[in-house]
Amino acid sequence: MSQLNIVEAINLALHQEMAKDKSVVVLGEDVGHEGGVFRVTTGLQKKFGTARVMDTPLAESGIVGTSIGMAAYGLKPVAEIQFDGFVYPAFNQLISHAARLRNRSRGRFTCPMVLRVPYGGGIRALEHHSESMEALYAHIPGLKVVIPSSPAEAKGLLIAAIRDPDPVIFFEPKRIYRAIKEEVPTKEYVIPLGKAKILQEGKDITLVAWGSMIRECQRAAEKMKERSISCEIIDVRTICPLDSETIIESVKKTGRCIIVHEAPRSGGWGAEIATRIQEKAILQILLVFAKP
Amino acid sequence: MIEHFNPLEGKFLQILDKEGNVDKLLEPKLSVTELKKMYECMVLTRMADTKALALQRSGRMGTFAQVLGQEAQVAVGFAMQKQDWFFPSFRELGILLARDAPLELFYLTFMGCEEGNRSPKGINNFPLSVPVGSQTLHGVGVAMAANIKGHKVVAVAALGDGGTSEGDFHEAMNFAGVFKAPCILFCQNNQWAISTPRHIQTASKTIAQKAIAYGFPGIQVDGNDALALYAATKEAVENARKGKGPTLIESLTYRIGPHTTADDPTLYRSDKEVKYWQERDPIKRFKIYLQKKGIWNKKYEEDLVKRCAKQIEAAIAKAEKVAAATKPEDMFKYMYAEMTSELKEQFEYLQKNLEAKEE
Ligand SMILES: Cc1ncc(C[n+]2csc(CCOP(=O)(O)OP(=O)(O)O)c2C)c(N)n1
Ligand SMILES: [Mg+2]
Repeated sequence: MSQLNIVEAINLALHQEMAKDKSVVVLGEDVGHEGGVFRVTTGLQKKFGTARVMDTPLAESGIVGTSIGMAAYGLKPVAEIQFDGFVYPAFNQLISHAARLRNRSRGRFTCPMVLRVPYGGGIRALEHHSESMEALYAHIPGLKVVIPSSPAEAKGLLIAAIRDPDPVIFFEPKRIYRAIKEEVPTKEYVIPLGKAKILQEGKDITLVAWGSMIRECQRAAEKMKERSISCEIIDVRTICPLDSETIIESVKKTGRCIIVHEAPRSGGWGAEIATRIQEKAILQILLVFAKP
Repeated sequence: MIEHFNPLEGKFLQILDKEGNVDKLLEPKLSVTELKKMYECMVLTRMADTKALALQRSGRMGTFAQVLGQEAQVAVGFAMQKQDWFFPSFRELGILLARDAPLELFYLTFMGCEEGNRSPKGINNFPLSVPVGSQTLHGVGVAMAANIKGHKVVAVAALGDGGTSEGDFHEAMNFAGVFKAPCILFCQNNQWAISTPRHIQTASKTIAQKAIAYGFPGIQVDGNDALALYAATKEAVENARKGKGPTLIESLTYRIGPHTTADDPTLYRSDKEVKYWQERDPIKRFKIYLQKKGIWNKKYEEDLVKRCAKQIEAAIAKAEKVAAATKPEDMFKYMYAEMTSELKEQFEYLQKNLEAKEE
């Protein structure tokens, strides 16, 4: 155990997976020599060499497209896109190929890759550096979308993502990259994808969130406690596939739910969760509210 | 040889001219068996393609892209080795057949059945790629991976002249050059992208010369000359395998048929142009070449045509059987390694509705 922030926890996970599995490779803009603009990949190239930790040309479609080829060939590429606002050039590769290679080829070819993307607002950066478009990705059948909320979560979820046989988009809440330190187990461990976590039990209202909004929910819950309102907090962790069951069971119990995300409200993933709650628990709910 | 055909100097590789005369100096050394295989594959490709048109017209198959006139492409498949990987776009039936793709896969794909993209194990032909140009990056990625793993595997990615305008082609060329990836970008310049002529795709004099800007060789080849295509691809593949990096091959050819069965080419090109290219037919000149070598005769042709017709009938029967056996479950089964609970729920819902409909 040691006290780590999210950047350090992800870095540790990458070191351990690369040491354990020779097929894991890292690529992206500035990820090698420099260790990435957020230093998440620091030390990897020195340890594992330039063949397995590649500084690439500045071309996102190229990064994702070649990763698809590498994955189909049997490597496990962990590609980094420098910022959330710069994945769009690679969208065609994600939708038309990464997401459906398995399906299109009836399982003959697969795409076990991870796309790491620092995402979300709160770092006082310029335009295109504070996007929260997770719903776009969660809407694409064939992809998995993971968003950790803390250092220990980030490590276990990233290891699970790397070992997953399908393409995973791993959104890292950059706003809390270094804001939280917590105990992170030194050994490797896996947090299964598609399983939400009840962070705090409560009986009056369910707060559903992911990424950096978990911290906001925890703060809100503290305030509510002063007013004798007991909040249950659910960290969704994997927005796709979504663990609706855990959410719905909680809402059945509390009768109320607020879904909190950073993204634009209309057509957001909160709306999807609200729909699922209404489909399954319409008789038990008093209020569902998706709040950006 | 490739280095002697600098496209910037206007060099163009042709070994077999339209009359079937061979350039003895450049003629690749192929055995009688190999030559026959190449010819037979071209004939099968043309017959299978023609048959597909009939199937489409009678409603047994959907829209598809004919390969008519571009059959010399089979040579690319024969210049590759079994362990190599091929990344088609959608007009490479000939290369796929040369790389041992079962013919029924072609029919299945255009019957709208994904089973057509299930390449048999051991045959590394990627699924067809319709988003123009996008497959080139997969080829480069596989080549990079082969390098990392230390495997002597070469990737060949095909695209059209229109495809060279897509950003992905340029990113693929750039990654290929930077990582010295063992790959070949094989561009069939059939001079049209639907109704758009080649000169609207690029102001470059040739497509081949683009390679030079990316730091590796490019060569323009007579794409209706199987011998030239074979020689160029063979050398490029060997160079890649030896660690010398990528090559861009521009195959100058012509699409005799419409873009797809949904296209009307009379809207944008003249009969005269088509006739000019029909006189440069790839099969006709190869036949003369074989005849001169004493390999081809009428009896051989008759037997070959009969054999191909039989093979095509069998492939169609098989394709229709497989297509008919496709189940709704398949839409869900292959999305992920393990069906997610969300998909399971949707699948069960569909199943229930289908059962209710039957009752
Ligand atoms: C990204 C993309 N844009 C447009 C299309 C529609 N489309 C299909 S084929 C084609 C022309 C392709 O021309 P070319 O690359 O020269 O190949 P050819 O059809 O001549 O073999 C177009 C525009 C597409 N499939 N993908
Ligand atoms: Mg074309």
